[in-house]
Amino acid sequence: MELQVPEMDVANRTAAIADGHLQDEGPLLPILHDVQRDFGCVPDAALRVIADKLNLSRAEVHGVMSFYHDFRQEPAGRHVLRICRAEACQSVGGEALAEGVRKALGIDWHETTPDGRITLEPVYCLGLCSCAPAAMFDDELHGRLDEAALADIVLEAGR
Amino acid sequence: MSLIKETDYGTPASESENTVTLSIDGFEVTVPEGTSVMRAAMETGIQIPKLCATDMVDAFGSCRLCLVEIEGRRGTPSSCTTPAESGMVVQTQTGRLKDIRRGVMELYISDHPLDCLTCAANGDCELQDMAGAVGLRDVRYGYDGGNHVKQRDGGGEVNARFMPKDESNPYFTYDPSKCIVCSRCVRACEEVQGTFALTIEGRGFGSRVSPGMHESFLNSECVSCGACVQACPTATLQEKSVIEIGQPEHSVVTTCAYCGVGCSFKAEMRGQELVRMVPYKDGKANHGHSCVKGRFAYGYASHKDRILNPMIRERITDPWKEVSWDEALSFAANRLRAIQYEHGKESIGVITSSRCTNEETYLVQKLTRAVFLNNNTDTCARVCHSPTGYGLGQTFGTSAGTQDFDSVEQADVVLVIGANPTDGHPVFASRLKKRLRQGAKLIVVDPRRIDLVRTPHVSAAHHLALRPGTNVAVVTALAHVIVTEGLFDEEFIRTRCDWDEFQEYAEFVADVAHAPETVEALTGVPAAELRAAARLYARGGNGAIYYGLGVTEHSQGSTTVIGIANLAMLTGNIGRPGVGVNPLRGQNNVQGSCDMGSFPHELPGYRHVNNADVRDVFEEVWGVSISDEPGLRIPNMLDAAVEGTFKGLYCQGEDILQSDPDTKHVSAGLAAMDCVIVHDLFLNETSHYAHVFLPGSTFLEKDGTFTNAERRINRVRKVMAPKNGYADWEVTQLLANAMGGGWSYTHPSQIMDEIAATTPSFANVSYQLLEEKGSVQWPCNESTPVGSPVMHVDGFVRGKGRFIRTDYIATDEKTGPRFPLLLTTGRILSQYNVGAQTRRTENVVWHDEDILEIHPHDAETRGVKEGDWVKLVSRSGETSLRASLTDRVSPGVVYTTFHHPTTQANVITTDYSDWATNCPEYKVTAVQVSPSNGPTDWQEQYEEFSVRARRIEAAE
Repeated sequence: MELQVPEMDVANRTAAIADGHLQDEGPLLPILHDVQRDFGCVPDAALRVIADKLNLSRAEVHGVMSFYHDFRQEPAGRHVLRICRAEACQSVGGEALAEGVRKALGIDWHETTPDGRITLEPVYCLGLCSCAPAAMFDDELHGRLDEAALADIVLEAGR
Repeated sequence: MSLIKETDYGTPASESENTVTLSIDGFEVTVPEGTSVMRAAMETGIQIPKLCATDMVDAFGSCRLCLVEIEGRRGTPSSCTTPAESGMVVQTQTGRLKDIRRGVMELYISDHPLDCLTCAANGDCELQDMAGAVGLRDVRYGYDGGNHVKQRDGGGEVNARFMPKDESNPYFTYDPSKCIVCSRCVRACEEVQGTFALTIEGRGFGSRVSPGMHESFLNSECVSCGACVQACPTATLQEKSVIEIGQPEHSVVTTCAYCGVGCSFKAEMRGQELVRMVPYKDGKANHGHSCVKGRFAYGYASHKDRILNPMIRERITDPWKEVSWDEALSFAANRLRAIQYEHGKESIGVITSSRCTNEETYLVQKLTRAVFLNNNTDTCARVCHSPTGYGLGQTFGTSAGTQDFDSVEQADVVLVIGANPTDGHPVFASRLKKRLRQGAKLIVVDPRRIDLVRTPHVSAAHHLALRPGTNVAVVTALAHVIVTEGLFDEEFIRTRCDWDEFQEYAEFVADVAHAPETVEALTGVPAAELRAAARLYARGGNGAIYYGLGVTEHSQGSTTVIGIANLAMLTGNIGRPGVGVNPLRGQNNVQGSCDMGSFPHELPGYRHVNNADVRDVFEEVWGVSISDEPGLRIPNMLDAAVEGTFKGLYCQGEDILQSDPDTKHVSAGLAAMDCVIVHDLFLNETSHYAHVFLPGSTFLEKDGTFTNAERRINRVRKVMAPKNGYADWEVTQLLANAMGGGWSYTHPSQIMDEIAATTPSFANVSYQLLEEKGSVQWPCNESTPVGSPVMHVDGFVRGKGRFIRTDYIATDEKTGPRFPLLLTTGRILSQYNVGAQTRRTENVVWHDEDILEIHPHDAETRGVKEGDWVKLVSRSGETSLRASLTDRVSPGVVYTTFHHPTTQANVITTDYSDWATNCPEYKVTAVQVSPSNGPTDWQEQYEEFSVRARRIEAAE
């Protein structure tokens, strides 16, 4: 994952990704996923190429991409911490926990620490209500969190 | 007069022939199967509250206001998305529904500004109406929470959700703070216009309408058709004219004066001020849709350049002098009479306008036939669709498109040849795209990759990118495939055409000389592609052909039209809905001006002047003897002028200097005349050579009729008094009377009565019939009393359809070492014809100069980069303009538009023309392109000359 990719490169690589999905049924979401995997985000230049490849308008592609919070316009930090803010987690202290992490990291929701280490995102239910409060660190789920457990995770991100 | 309010049924009509009967609020109602409960209710007069539903687009079910209760069903389904079923018992107003609706409205209003009194939509706001309808009295949520309305919150902090107004489009504004996210604009853009320029970005409370990728309207994919503005229930998308003026108070239904689609509009007025144009849902050509020109580009009617007083001058080098109507008319009459006295009665003539009404055109040709006593009349159709007249006349028996526009909804394969509908005929293009999205197949034959070849959700099955000038070879090769592969419709040919002629023709096309493989080297079209296209057209179901000036404006224009007619006859694609041969007419009344006898050899109704019976009819009504000699065509008039035998011209609503080919020849002809009368809105380019200028009136200022490309006679209605004092038909009458014509029409309806009395295909047409029916398509006579949507149903007008051989003969305009590229010309969406009207509107933001499209390969070898000035030289002349590099054109082909007089693209075009009709060969000119520093000497001299020629002497 690179932080700065020249626009020409974005176009060429996106075109290659899109070509690989042209025969699929409903290819837009798989393409967006692959693009995000490749660039860490879905750059505007990529959207133009996708629109052209699928014979959609720019507006349509933008509408789909912006509907899903997981598709990012800018690359995230090296790690993404998603803390659940839905009802079950809130009922067992999730909000206070989240507040603590925000203070500790010195950033707000959707922000990345200045060292590019960690990005904080809210999430509305991870399906882990029985183990609330819950969070997701990169692709790994964590349940029954408390301040210490969360601090460990954040610490791990530093490594 | 009052404001016409069209009923909004909420969802589109169902086409089903089966009906269902249900009960709504105790009333029995019977509707076609597939009708929504909402529409069924509206049919009985019960208006269910709604916000996201409107009958121009499919139901969406998002606003949650149109809920109903249905016996035996759980919950409260939305009436727009619920189809009516037999035996259903529906309640539209119950305690439960009232509570839900009020609750929903409270939520809407909690995120909507309360500036109703100063809002531009005040008086025309569906949100306000619905608040009233549901009895909203309070908003329990208050207005302080998260919102999109306030720029700053109570504490002075910036509200990140707030988005400022987008005023980038010249005609309408987008104010996100007033948006209720009903998606009507997004759906109108998709379903009605077919551009897909809008979307809803984000989700939940963050949802907002976004043009393109969160762009401004002007920079987005938006084509400014205004369908979104029309669909918007609030002031979110609002015409700037309404913001400026206020709501209209009365409206008049009239017909657009731009292209040949002939859209019906409501001109919404406040007093004599035009507030806005709104497409009329009952308009048979457009069904409530429009393009940027028709809806918004009417500003030219009140532009400061408009000339409102008659002017004369002794010599064209003199400045103009403003005079009274009497003085101008007697000056003109005396000069014309003097010329005829000295040079003979054949020495003067007229050019009728394809932009004026049928009645006006009829009078202008009558002027030359009954007052000048010659047949020297021609019209700009000479330079566009005269080959259509000849080709379809020879094969089918009459010069007209065979279908109505509704026919496209039943087409399965559409063959577009030499036309660019998304730019030239945008409303038809929207209807075509809708059909293509439903699965119809498209074949495009055009040297340039027009938008239709690939545009969101539409892509052509085949694009035959032929070399300019090889139309006949391609069309004949298509016929070759159909004949040799046995794809023709033998039964149709045996019953409807002359079988012997067919056999002779079949033998001709079956020759290997016409095989796709043989002509490939010539046309540049891959043989396999051409064969596949021919098979698709012949065997793909209903095959419809639409063609434009890319077919006609060639040295073999008439031959191509004949070839197209052959294709339709071969495959039996004629005489029923969904098929046919359809010329797309460039100007609003090209069809009408041809019908009205504008050609020098034809009296109204396409009847030759040497036919004594026909002359008798007119001689009796007009009380004169009509010459049986065909008169001069435009190019012949100019030749004769240069030779000194043609001295006077009355030219109505037509700018031949800019629109006709070989500008230098046109100006030499005009300069040699003693009396050129220009009757126009503006001092156009032709007026530089005029001695008399008679100010014209716009389509808003007169009564009359236009006939569109589907032969539909539409009413044009006067919505304001002529700013120049007289409607154009009155001016022609004044001139005729100044020369002793003795005419006494007091209303255009009397002129139409005279047309009906003399012209069989118009026999039943009257203003009264048009008032009753809205519009009719000719032929409209005893056998078809209310007109003919489809022609040649039971047999061709001429009897048997006639196959004619179509030999390909290359044009004399050839590329060579000095002129290696082929120039072809066309149009762009925002501009119209010579641009006299659209250049005087805000449409210039989209296209403020003509641009030369050139393939990157050709550009590179010439050292031309994007945006560079280039010199364009042909054997006729040279001009310069900016270049744009694009692979829309093939290598070896360059393309430009002819909307701007500073470019004068017609300085370049040659005087080669169609063998049968003299239609100029605009579409093929051999040229060279080279880098340049700016305008050529000729352009600078012309600019200087224009300024001098337009001088008006100060009033004393």
